[in-house]
Amino acid sequence: MELYATELFGVKTYDSQGNYVGRVREFFIEPAEAPNRISHFLLSRGHFQPLVAKHNQIASVSDRKIQLNVGEKSLEIYEPNESWLAVRKDLLDQQIIDTRGRKVVRVNDLDLAEQRSNGNVELRLTQVDVGLPGAVRRLLQGVVPSGVVRRLQNQLPPSTIRWEFVNLIEPDPLRRVKLRITHEKLEDLHPADLADIMEDLSATERQSIIASLDEETAAAVLGELDARLTTQIVEDLDPEKAADILEEMAPDAAADVLADLPKETSEELLEEMPGREANEVRELLHFDPATAGGMMNTDFVFVSESATRDEVIEWLSKQDQNFDQLDTVVLLDDKAEYSGAVPVVRMLLAAPDERLGALKMDPHVSLPPEAHEKEVFQLFDKYNLRMLTVVDKENRPIGAITVDDVVSHLLK
Amino acid sequence: MLTRETLNGRLAIWAGRFDHVRTATRAFRRRIAVFFAIVGPGLIVSNVDNDAGGIYTYAQSGAQFGNTVLWSLLPMTIALYVSLEMCSRLGAYTGKGLSDLIREEFGFRVTFFLMAAVLLVNLGNVMAEFTGVFWATDVFGISKYISVPLSALLVWFLVVHGSAKWVERIFLTICLVYFSYVISAVLAKPDWLIALLHLLPPHLVRYIPTIKPFVQVPQFNADYAIILAGLVGTTIAPWQHFYLQAAVVEKRVGPRQYSHTRNDVLVGSISCMVIVFFIIVCTAATLYVHGIHYVDNAGTAALALQPLAGRWAGGLFAIGLLNASIFAASILPLSTAYVICEALGFESGIDRKLGEAKIFYGLYTALIVLGAGLVLVLGSHAKTILLWSQVLNGFLLPVVLIFLLILVNRRDLMGNKVNSRGFNWVAWISTVAMILLTLVVVYSSFHEMHQ
Repeated sequence: MELYATELFGVKTYDSQGNYVGRVREFFIEPAEAPNRISHFLLSRGHFQPLVAKHNQIASVSDRKIQLNVGEKSLEIYEPNESWLAVRKDLLDQQIIDTRGRKVVRVNDLDLAEQRSNGNVELRLTQVDVGLPGAVRRLLQGVVPSGVVRRLQNQLPPSTIRWEFVNLIEPDPLRRVKLRITHEKLEDLHPADLADIMEDLSATERQSIIASLDEETAAAVLGELDARLTTQIVEDLDPEKAADILEEMAPDAAADVLADLPKETSEELLEEMPGREANEVRELLHFDPATAGGMMNTDFVFVSESATRDEVIEWLSKQDQNFDQLDTVVLLDDKAEYSGAVPVVRMLLAAPDERLGALKMDPHVSLPPEAHEKEVFQLFDKYNLRMLTVVDKENRPIGAITVDDVVSHLLK
Repeated sequence: MLTRETLNGRLAIWAGRFDHVRTATRAFRRRIAVFFAIVGPGLIVSNVDNDAGGIYTYAQSGAQFGNTVLWSLLPMTIALYVSLEMCSRLGAYTGKGLSDLIREEFGFRVTFFLMAAVLLVNLGNVMAEFTGVFWATDVFGISKYISVPLSALLVWFLVVHGSAKWVERIFLTICLVYFSYVISAVLAKPDWLIALLHLLPPHLVRYIPTIKPFVQVPQFNADYAIILAGLVGTTIAPWQHFYLQAAVVEKRVGPRQYSHTRNDVLVGSISCMVIVFFIIVCTAATLYVHGIHYVDNAGTAALALQPLAGRWAGGLFAIGLLNASIFAASILPLSTAYVICEALGFESGIDRKLGEAKIFYGLYTALIVLGAGLVLVLGSHAKTILLWSQVLNGFLLPVVLIFLLILVNRRDLMGNKVNSRGFNWVAWISTVAMILLTLVVVYSSFHEMHQ
């Protein structure tokens, strides 16, 4: 039969001789042993010291009575344990992340299932109730007979999350390790979804999630969060970790984050970053965010205009980089000056030995880094660009603005 | 000829010079931007305070007791600041709303009953706001059967389809109408020295011989207690605390930005009380000295504006009252629905679609429809509605403050930012004083009913 945590709180417990031992006050799960098994029952009676019954000491469980298969004497006295997850204290009424529904929800109740094994009954946590049935149970349990509550809750639309899809939020890193809470499931989410979830949490909770993600995911999430949150998070991170994350971010995004930090903090972080990345970001930091230089990214693909299509594709395939976002390649002439740009689609459709110079896109546009963002918007709009090259005074390309940079600046 | 290259070159030179200025001012501009992004909630909660119920209570107290209620403004400013500051600190340091924290720390059942009370009390407040609409439009001779439903529709659409930011700005601008009380007070030529002297407790300063002849000592009877409780009830309302803390969390104020928010709350509390001071002085100098002791409708309250506006006083007052009522009526149902849904775990927020957040939109709509509808049905009892909405506020407020005090003193939530001992004293004394005042009001209003 299905049981609910709310129904079991306060249930009387009897030992093997039929003596009353106490009422159930709390259940614990020991994630290190089994992720969903109720491992300990906290029993208390009047002013006696509270006792703990282990899962293998339980003979039967119902919403009226819990029967132990041992005598009271063999129960241990309760000692608080950090590595136990307390159902009432740590789960009920707290926020959790529903990794499948990709949102933050509040726990109303917990559904438990009985599992019989040699001579005892184990309770397994099956799902978390976040809907009306759980709410009604919490409100009425103990006031209205449980039969009535059960009949009433069946009329209500259920809303539950399977325990495997639940991700707990624990701000204390030591306890997180003890409780075996990982954020692997979160790393599988799209960074934009994870960013949405983070916006629903409190500052310490956000901090704890970012700190436990791998640097690559953390960088992707920070890129999706709103600017003020990103600044707060980076400021509170340990500088070494912050530098590692910034290193993984696109240089323009990293520069945006650093520009919003106090001068000393951003210098400190730049010191921590490896030389090449730090220099790229430093260069970007010189530009006002509202100019082409402030919007551009220094990571872009440039090739000689005399290279053939096949040479370029072969070169690209050998690079240890992710080109998912690449849609235009910048061309250089023999003086290393900017000579044009080629959309990837044109390369795809061209003959293998076609020279890239012949595939150049019309019109031949570029901007200096000082150009105001309005000019950038106008060019993108006028020529339906997806990428725009930024050149220095000697007409050498120094960066590229892509359409997603334009969109995020427009939305600011 | 101006080629592309030379043009670019020139732009580069100019932009370069400009850039220099911009980098120099960057830090400063950033600070200003942060300031404006964060400032606001404190000012708004305090200004929405001067709503229909508020204006009525202030005008009534000035008319009935003249300057002798003024001394209560100083302790009220402190109580308002102390309670709002605790909320904003709790929000900034935990990153959670007040209702969320109550749910997490006190469990479902407590939260459910508290939220039920919030719903009921705020329904009373919404009714008071629509009563304000009714009074204000009555001055122009518009039937309440037209004005109240129209304003209810307006409020509903503003929030569901409007952009909150500009709506807020319009309301805050029209709030400047309250300055007409300041001007009117000046034009009525009250004795300012005497008014200022009454800011000190008259029961104490009457022992100072040089001051004594100028001070009027109020008689402490049931009527006086009701007015005092009314002043406290309308100035420090339970919903403000939920609203302020939610706004602090929403604006992502963290420990580092907190000093801005504290200043915002401080400025809000003081400016609210300055306006109240002028309204009371103004009504004392106009209504009270002419023997008009009871404010029965907007017409009487508007008489106080006559020194400024002459025969336009009624219109000026009505516009101010209408604005205040609609402003509060658009904030209250929304914040109530939001707070309740957050606490009980329903989807909430106006960025959600209607189908996704049924309970949220349901509550929001029900509050407006019921609030406006009940005012139409009970229109002739307007004064009773205003009074009872304040009394209900008075009931709920100590409860909210006690939760607040427990939470803000929890070291596991707040670290070393828990209340200092002095702060706790002030907060507990205000809480107890409010409970006592509420009891007096309840006692006397039942007494009145049975007479």
